[in-house]
Order: sequence, then C-alpha cells, then structure tokens
Amino acid sequence: MMMQRQFGEAMLEVKNISLSFGGVKALTDISFDILEGEIRAIIGPNGAGKSSVLNVISGFYHPQEGEVWFRGKKRMGLKPHEVAKQGIARTFQNIALFKGMSTLDNLMTGRITHMKTNLFWQMLWKGPAEREEIEHREKVERIIDFLEIQSIRKTPVGRLPYGLQKRVELGRALAADSKLLLLDEPMAGMNLEEKEDMSRFILDVNDEFGTTIALIEHDMGVVMDLSDRVVVLDYGRKLADGTPDAVRSDQSVIDAYLGVSHD
Amino acid sequence: MFYRESGDFKTSYAADQQTFPIRFDRWAIGLVCAFAFLVMPFLINDYWEKSVLLPFLVWAMAALGLNILTGYCGQVSLGTGGFMAVGAYASYKLTTSFPELNLFIVILLSGGVTATVGILFGLPSLRIKGFYLAVATLAAQFFLVWLFNKVPWFYNYSASGMITAPERTMLGIAISGPNSPPWATYLFCLVIVVFFAVIAKNLTRGRIGRSWMAIRDMDIAAEIIGVAPLKAKLSAFAISSFYIGVSGAMFFMVYLGAAEPTEAFGIDKSFLVLFMIIIGGLGSIFGSFVGAAFMTLMPVLFKNIMVGGLGWPTDLVSHIIFMLIGGLIMFFLIVEPHGLAQLWRVTKEKLRLWPFPH
Ligand SMILES: Nc1ncnc2c1ncn2[C@@H]1O[C@H](COP(=O)(O)OP(=O)(O)OP(=O)(O)O)[C@@H](O)[C@H]1O
Ligand SMILES: [Mg+2]
Repeated sequence: MMMQRQFGEAMLEVKNISLSFGGVKALTDISFDILEGEIRAIIGPNGAGKSSVLNVISGFYHPQEGEVWFRGKKRMGLKPHEVAKQGIARTFQNIALFKGMSTLDNLMTGRITHMKTNLFWQMLWKGPAEREEIEHREKVERIIDFLEIQSIRKTPVGRLPYGLQKRVELGRALAADSKLLLLDEPMAGMNLEEKEDMSRFILDVNDEFGTTIALIEHDMGVVMDLSDRVVVLDYGRKLADGTPDAVRSDQSVIDAYLGVSHD
Repeated sequence: MFYRESGDFKTSYAADQQTFPIRFDRWAIGLVCAFAFLVMPFLINDYWEKSVLLPFLVWAMAALGLNILTGYCGQVSLGTGGFMAVGAYASYKLTTSFPELNLFIVILLSGGVTATVGILFGLPSLRIKGFYLAVATLAAQFFLVWLFNKVPWFYNYSASGMITAPERTMLGIAISGPNSPPWATYLFCLVIVVFFAVIAKNLTRGRIGRSWMAIRDMDIAAEIIGVAPLKAKLSAFAISSFYIGVSGAMFFMVYLGAAEPTEAFGIDKSFLVLFMIIIGGLGSIFGSFVGAAFMTLMPVLFKNIMVGGLGWPTDLVSHIIFMLIGGLIMFFLIVEPHGLAQLWRVTKEKLRLWPFPH
C-alpha cells in the first residue's frame, strides 16, 4: 500500500491462544488483532498453525488457553454456525463447496443465516417463502455479477474447473454478507491470471463493501500487495506482526523462511 | 418440435424458480394429474387397485420420505420398514381408541407419531455418519419390529398378534375395511400423496432443503455458513419419518387391511424403498415417483408377460426380476447416482436444444 490507510477499532482480538492436539502443540500463546476495515494477512511456513488460527476464530477448534474477542465482546465456546450468525464467513484451504448443488444454490446457501421464513411458509411456498427467496436471489445475483460468474449460474459446482470453484467459494462467503471474511489460501494452485483476478476481487470486496478480511497466503508478492498488516507464525508461535515492509525486513522472519534453525 | 426451452426465456426470478420451468413439463404434469384424478377413478377395478395403483402410491410416499433423509440430507437409513410399522401401529391404536376420528386425521397423526420416533432414532446421526449410521438405523428397524411383536398393548391383546383395520368411512363411503370400493381407496391415497409431494417439493427448493443438501455435500462448510447440524439433521429425520409413517399407515389401513409386523414391515421393505430411490434418483422428488413406479410395476409387468404370456415357471421369473434389480442397483450406484430421473433430465436437455447441439 502506498498510502497509510486509516482503520477503526479492533474487530477481532485473539488473546494468548494456546492449542494442542494430544501432545502436538499447534499454537502457543498467540495474540493479535484485526482492525475494522483492514486486510490482514497471516503467513508462515507449512504447518506453522495458520489454518489452526482460522479454525479457532471460526469455532471449529476450541483452544485450551486464551480468549477470542469479537466486536468488543468475549466469545465463549461458540459453535461454527453460531460464529456464522455473528457475521464471520470463511473459505477453506481445500475447496469445501456443496458439490451436488449449482453455483446459484451454493450462493443461496450462503444467505441462510439471513433467511427467516418458518417451516409452515416453506411448505406453502407461495407467499412469504417465495418473496424471501426472490429478495435473496437479487442479492445473490449481484454477487454473481460482481464475480463475473453469470455463465455458470446453473452448473453443478462439481463440474467446474478448480479456479472457478475457488471463485464460487468466495461468492458463497460473500453471500453471507459478513463483517469479517476469513480466506484460507484463496489463491493456492492458481495461475498468474487467476491470481490477479482473485486479488482484484479481494481488494474490491474490502473497498466497496467495507468488509474486513483476514487471509492466509503463501505468495509473498500477493501478500505484500494486498495486506495492510501481516502476522507471521512459525511452529505455532508468533514471529512478527506489522506492516508488510516491517515484516519483510524482520530478521527472524527471514530466518524462518530460509529455514535457519531455531534457538 | 414440441419440446423446447430455447425461446422460453425467463424474465423474472419467480418464473425462473417455479416448479416446472418448462412449459411442456407443466402441461404434461397437468395432464397426468387430470387423468389420475378425473379419469382413473372411473376405470379402476380391484386388480388395478390392489396390484398396481395402491402399492405405487404407498411406496411413492415412502420413497419421498426416504429421499428427503437420504437423497437430500445424505443420512443413510435402513429403518424404513420399522418406521412404516410405527405409522401402521399408530393408525391402528388411533382408530381403535377413537372410532370417530376422521381417517385423514388418523393418517396425519400417525405421521406425527412416527416423526417423533424418527427424531429419537435420528439422535445418533449427530455423532455418527455413513456406514455406522446405517447400522444404527438397522438396529432401529429390528427393535421396532420386535417391540410390536412383543408388547400386546400395540395389537390390542389380539390372540393372533395381528392387527386388523376396522372399517372407517368418509362421507358415508368406506375407505378402510373389506367393503371399501377401489376408486375410494385410490382417491384417498392419491390426494394424500399428491399433497405431500407438493410439500416435499416446496421444502426441498428453499432454505430448509438447502440446509439439508449442504449437510449432505459438505457438513463442515454447511456449519461455517450458518447451518445448525442439529436442526438440519433432526428436521430431516422428523419430516422423512412423517412421510414414511403416513405411508405405513396407508399401507396398513387402506391396502393390507391386516398386518403382522415381521411379515409386513421387515428389513426387506427398508431395502425395497432404498432401491426405489437409488433407481429413481437420489435427491429428486420426481425420482421418488419413478423409482416407486419402477419397483412396483416392473415385477407385475414381467410376471404378466413371462408367466402369463410365455408360460415360464413363476419362480424362474421372480429370480430373473431379482437379478435384474440387483444389476440395476449396481449400475446406478456406479454410473448414475442420480438415477432414472437424471437420465430423463439428460435426455430432455438433449431434446431441448435439438437439432442444434450448441
Ligand atoms: N485436527 C488436528 N489434529 C491434529 N493435529 C492438527 C490438527 N489440525 C492441525 N494440526 C497440527 O497443527 C499444526 C498446524 O497445522 P495448520 O494446519 O494450522 O498449519 P498451516 O500453517 O495451515 O499449514 P499449511 O501451510 O500446510 O496449510 C500441524 O502440525 C498440524 O499437524
Ligand atoms: Mg493451512
């Protein structure tokens, strides 16, 4: 970023998180915050614990120690679907689309926390259920236009090529209209052109919808271009935290990426 | 060219998401319904009622139910026979305890009772999946049949251990019992099945249906997008069991008239319905009907042709039917998990754009 952007308060704070699986320590005393409106990158070598951090935030893992604060409130052991209701959406490192459903239905499912009509009206369809469906369809169509996936609207997503699947998965997360968007390696396995498209979408989402974004990415070029601040993990510990420039010139980060041994 | 979608453009989302988006389909389904409601009651006789139409309707209802659970929500169940028994015994207890109760109400309440039992047996699905869940539902199947054999209260302490449907009338016409005319039993079941098929279609195309399919396709992603697995799975179990209970109640009250649990609601029934939805199409309302039609009509047709027409021995023919079904199941599981409904859809897609494939 050329210009220093201004951000609001901390939207999400992770405080002294430690997480282990049996004997394996995945995270040790991790603390960082995500400010309202920023793009926050989480980087680190393979197995550093990046995905584990997202899994803690989205409620899949419950850390043995530490706290997660969202919009000024401490969160107590929420389940993933409750986290979704609070306004946090995400994508997965390995695509996790609903393979048997069309692009449209995948995105419509993204709006599920906003859909309210009860069982009775759903059975009847005519009336509130149909009206709600149309109202949400309009929102979803806007995302379809935004992501330029009009032509695959009715295609079962299982048939789509990898790059498009990644895009549909982003679309499903966007459809949730969340405050905070967590992206786990949104560009992994993409070619240069697809990466550029995806980068543009991420910037536009942040810019136009004002969505706060936390993303994991291995491509340093992308990270430097997109993110406002970067947190670096290695072996489950936080190595560095700051602007891309500061992080890039941090000696411990350079060592970690060059594979210099610890201690 | 009569069958086409090109030139049939949708100008609103409402038009785009209607039940039968293609005009030809709407006409076809309208004609079939008109025939079923207005013409068939005048043509029906005892043979058609007992060998073709009632079994078709009863099994279509059960297939709709299992398809909601297995086809839409991805939870495999081998307890269909047991749940049908719950519906049957509930209808028996209700009609004998409350002789004045309208038969429609009896059938609906029986569905409600089965839904409750279904939720109970659906609880393990919150912890276990796939093969292990199938085994748990198998346990439900055997437990329920055992229960209805074992506890005399369920069969009103009758000496034979059987249950017999008493005669019940609607508008003065017998619907259950030996004196019920074929057209009346047929219409009674037809109304129920068509009504609940429409409801199933509505449920599966909106929010609730998507929450089921999301759980089926990728449960962690479903959770992260806001689907509560508990609600989605248990609602699928409840609604599916409701349908299967209604089917069991119709099976016993209207079709069989008398039943003994091991015979009428055994594990073979669980497999029969499972085969129907596999052959007809998992996750398809239309497929439930196709599967039920196929599995009830095909044996009748083969018997008529091979035994009646060609004079082959009956047991040979039933072996042939058995092998044919086995082969078809394997074919569909391997080649086309969406069943006959999908083959039909693909054919339609080809037809629709014919003669220009692009
Ligand atoms: N469910 C789990 N059970 C056991 N160990 C786990 C589990 N999830 C993560 N781990 C362990 O925690 C550590 C961190 O894993 P994590 O997936 O968070 O790494 P990552 O930084 O996302 O790596 P990558 O770049 O390869 O995606 C690894 O050692 C991993 O084996
Ligand atoms: Mg990872």
